[in-house]
Amino acid sequence: METAANRMIRTTVRASNAPALQDLRPKLQVRGLNFFYGAYQALRNITLDIPEHKVTAFIGPSGCGKSTLLRTFNRMYSLYPEQRAEGEVVIDGENLLTRTRDVSLIRAKIGMVFQKPTPFPMSIYDNISFGVRLYERLSKREMDDRVEQALTRAGLWQEVRSKLHQSGNSLSGGQQQRLCIARGIAIQPEVLLLDEPCSALDPISTARIEELIHELKNDYTVVIVTHNMQQAARVSDFTAYMYLGELIEYGATDSIFIKPTRKETEDYITGRFG
Amino acid sequence: MNGAAAVINAKNPLYRARKRTNILLLTVSAFALLFGLFWLVWILGTLLYEGGYALSRAALYYQMTPPPGADGGLANAIVGSLILCFVGTLIGTPVGILAGTYLAEFGKRGWLASATRFLNDVLLSAPSIVIGLFVYSIYVARVGHFSGWAGALALALIVVPVVVRTTDDMLKLVPNSLREATAALGCPAWKMIVFVTYRAASTGILTGILLAVARISGETAPLLFTSLNNQFWSLNMNAPMSNLPTVIFQFAMSPYQDWHRLAWGGAALITLTVLLLNIVARTLFRRTD
Repeated sequence: METAANRMIRTTVRASNAPALQDLRPKLQVRGLNFFYGAYQALRNITLDIPEHKVTAFIGPSGCGKSTLLRTFNRMYSLYPEQRAEGEVVIDGENLLTRTRDVSLIRAKIGMVFQKPTPFPMSIYDNISFGVRLYERLSKREMDDRVEQALTRAGLWQEVRSKLHQSGNSLSGGQQQRLCIARGIAIQPEVLLLDEPCSALDPISTARIEELIHELKNDYTVVIVTHNMQQAARVSDFTAYMYLGELIEYGATDSIFIKPTRKETEDYITGRFG
Repeated sequence: MNGAAAVINAKNPLYRARKRTNILLLTVSAFALLFGLFWLVWILGTLLYEGGYALSRAALYYQMTPPPGADGGLANAIVGSLILCFVGTLIGTPVGILAGTYLAEFGKRGWLASATRFLNDVLLSAPSIVIGLFVYSIYVARVGHFSGWAGALALALIVVPVVVRTTDDMLKLVPNSLREATAALGCPAWKMIVFVTYRAASTGILTGILLAVARISGETAPLLFTSLNNQFWSLNMNAPMSNLPTVIFQFAMSPYQDWHRLAWGGAALITLTVLLLNIVARTLFRRTD
């Protein structure tokens, strides 16, 4: 029996002839990853490859560890002494988790957009130029171009072009989120981590961001955490379904949504569970 | 469902009990407010009434503190107080901000931060006369004379814990998501603190500094043993320096009527200055927000 939700999702899956996961060059390799918040274990023995120049989606019910997994990719957890990770997250041949050198360089290569908008307490222009200035010395003109380009790609340019020097906090929630996305792509990272980037956005902005994700994957590797199944189906090439800190199923988005091999995945996708 | 309609109406006993409690508590808190305001208004009123005459005379601002029975003003004490407070704030503020930053931004691991925070709270509530005596014993007694530097140092020691505490509190109010977002751009910690968290907390930190200024501008005890007083005009920080609180103390304790008037004038002057400082700061902050 096919549910309505299932039918709806199937129709949104793009017909594709994506190559199999194992044939692609992995950008990030996760091996035997365990993660702890104090004594609580949030991830259990996760192993997966994130393919380069593709969009990978993490789905699963709240608390399944998908955001936690995303946050190990740029060592965000090391801001908090009570959080720790075991295992390997390899990027460019180096295990991030055991890296003792400054992690700033890694983080600059791996951009991140958070669920809630976090504009810096400065102007719209400076919100974007701040990150760029950390690693690049640009002329005023080049910086202007970079800011305009980033805002345009994030679908915000038309709304803010006349008030670039007003505070970033003066924007609405959805605009703030697009500002944060613009800030993330302005530094031109190799990998972009998106932690439910559209949960605060209206449908039009969401569509704009999804288009942007499509554009981005030509140059970047994108990993997105989302609660919106249709969004995962629309934007991603590969999908990982997680539950209670474990990776249940991982593969091409088409096959996960149309013919999942695990019963749990199917139950979640079709809305019978979660 | 039928039951709900029958229960939810204005005669519902729970609803009525809640309304009664509301009225009762509202009345009690209104009285508490009036009680607090009553004394405040009385204090301000008395200050202005008693000090008004002295404040209105121009001589207050350009003549020196007089001997009993002679005409005079508080010029040396006003300037002395300004210098002492300024130097004290200048020494105490950077130390306080840096220490507060350590506590809030770097002090998550280990025992040093929690021990420092505890000691700082002790210092915050230490009687200011203890600080005066401390500076007396380590500085004044060694060099053998009272001085403006000793006074400024004592005031700085009062500024430090206030600024540490507010900086720590205000930085901790900055949401971690802002720190994460900054770190995610590959930003080193010091740059994040200077350009993002300080900016986010700037209003609170400045308020803390102003609180500290307000606090030290009325402190008498730490100056009695350090800066002491000076009847004459002196800008020499290495010599005893006149200041409003000690002058008020000395003049108010005296039996002379004209000294009393000057003491009231000085007290009103300090209060109004602090009030003005607060108003200016608040308007400025409101504009930047």
